[in-house]
Amino acid sequence: MKELYRSWLISFYTIFSKELKRFLRIWLQTLFPPAITMALYFVIFGGVIGSRVGTMEGHDYVSYIAPGIIMMSIITNSYNNVVSSFFGAKFQRHIEEMLVSPTPNGVILAGYVCGGICRGALVGIIVTAVAGCFTDIYIQHVGIAITVVILTAALFAICGFINAIFAKKFDDISVIPTFILAPLTYLGGIFYSVNLLPPFWKDLSHVNPILYMVNALRYSFIGVSDVNIYFSIGMMIVSIVVLFFICLICMHRSVGLRG
Amino acid sequence: MNALDIRSLKKTYTNGTKALKGVNLQVAQGDFFGLLGPNGAGKSTIIGIISSLIRKTSGSVKIFNTDIDKNFALAKSFIGITPQELNFNQFETVEDIVLNQAGFYGMRKKLARERLDELLEKLRLEDRRKEVSRNLSGGMKRRLMIARALVHKPKLLLLDEPTAGVDIEIRHSIWSFLKELNSLGTTIILTTHNLEEVEILCRNIGIINSGHLIEDTSLRTLLSQLDSESYILDLEDEVTDAQIADFPELKAIDKHQIEININKKEKSLNSLFVKLSDKGIGIRSMRNKNNRLEKLFLDLISTS
Repeated sequence: MKELYRSWLISFYTIFSKELKRFLRIWLQTLFPPAITMALYFVIFGGVIGSRVGTMEGHDYVSYIAPGIIMMSIITNSYNNVVSSFFGAKFQRHIEEMLVSPTPNGVILAGYVCGGICRGALVGIIVTAVAGCFTDIYIQHVGIAITVVILTAALFAICGFINAIFAKKFDDISVIPTFILAPLTYLGGIFYSVNLLPPFWKDLSHVNPILYMVNALRYSFIGVSDVNIYFSIGMMIVSIVVLFFICLICMHRSVGLRG
Repeated sequence: MNALDIRSLKKTYTNGTKALKGVNLQVAQGDFFGLLGPNGAGKSTIIGIISSLIRKTSGSVKIFNTDIDKNFALAKSFIGITPQELNFNQFETVEDIVLNQAGFYGMRKKLARERLDELLEKLRLEDRRKEVSRNLSGGMKRRLMIARALVHKPKLLLLDEPTAGVDIEIRHSIWSFLKELNSLGTTIILTTHNLEEVEILCRNIGIINSGHLIEDTSLRTLLSQLDSESYILDLEDEVTDAQIADFPELKAIDKHQIEININKKEKSLNSLFVKLSDKGIGIRSMRNKNNRLEKLFLDLISTS
């Protein structure tokens, strides 16, 4: 049994390191663009508009939006890493290298998800460093920040994996990020507090799961949140577990993987 | 023990195509088995089911007595596969592709590196180990897929068109390598349209057509079914029509070449050569007009 677990560990490490190498090799496509895009957000919303907005929840505007912008880059990158890599493997058919081997589905999934977490976290660190050029970044609750970053990246990496499983063509991997993820992210309280919204829109915003993630990270940075952060963390853990098992069921049934 | 034991294997694709209609096939351990059939006959579907890339509709598949329905992970560990189409990451290097495959099979890095060195040397890819795979020639890509399939020392090797697009010299070196591999105990199942390859390598043959296994026998038995064979004779001197007029089985191709079609049951080549010699016709060399298997194969396919 010990030998079997060792074998799985090697398989996991192989997939994980393959994923790391992949996004580090193409850093100009994976790590650099978020830094540029997010720097522009800080210039426009922080420097140009932010100075006229004044304070929000007792903090200057750029400090208030910084955690949301960091979270946006984590969500986008963890999702994109897995969806593009796994679908690319399906498209080029080198997914077959793994499928013909004794590597269990759970190990394949874990390898890809951990790759997505790493890219999400790394981009998060880069964007935090960029934010540091525009405002003083001080993380009040480091443990909560690390937990929220890992859980969010894991959750969206799994979502990316599900997208890749069902995708049949390249269009299919851009539909969800463009038409679902982007609107939910922008409406997830990155640039504003939902307490400023009229009651109906405020209540509706609470249906948006990204609101909880953004606010959990904001709480870890500046100690301010529109929602209960323990509820946020609990929701993320439950979602990860449920979606992980949905992935495993899809893989077990060979959905989108085998003829 | 059988390396492969397939019983009543059926596969119907979601579009309704019945690719396999109840195939029974046993391949003994240590065999070099040729699985032949026209395009769309079901060969790749069988290979796909064995290697887990295609789900069977019904029937059973055992690999070294391990039922794929009961312990597919163990069954998979016995198999190495080189598919018909290139299926490696075009952006990875040769050594990364082979080492990653070793990793998927849970091999330790040190052991995998030793195996990589050994395989790259045997398959003449040593100087390409750091090359990105998309930059390799067609033949090198084929050899890379063989190296990748063998990295974990599989007991059963599935080869789907392993020498397609490979030049003559490399093809012969691959054949020698496969023969050596087989002699060391690896069971090999080969699917190919190159019947010369089958005749050189395989001991036993299965022919599949329209989802049915229509022949499962040894190469020797199959060839013995051949009643007539055609040869081309290269002559020492020019021949005239008058010289061969008495031989209905002969046909002049030009002044230096004749074609003979001989029924092996009625006449021997030896007696024919004696008669030709009497007529003053000297033979410099001879060769089969077509591959011997080709005629048999076409006959079997057309009558099935």
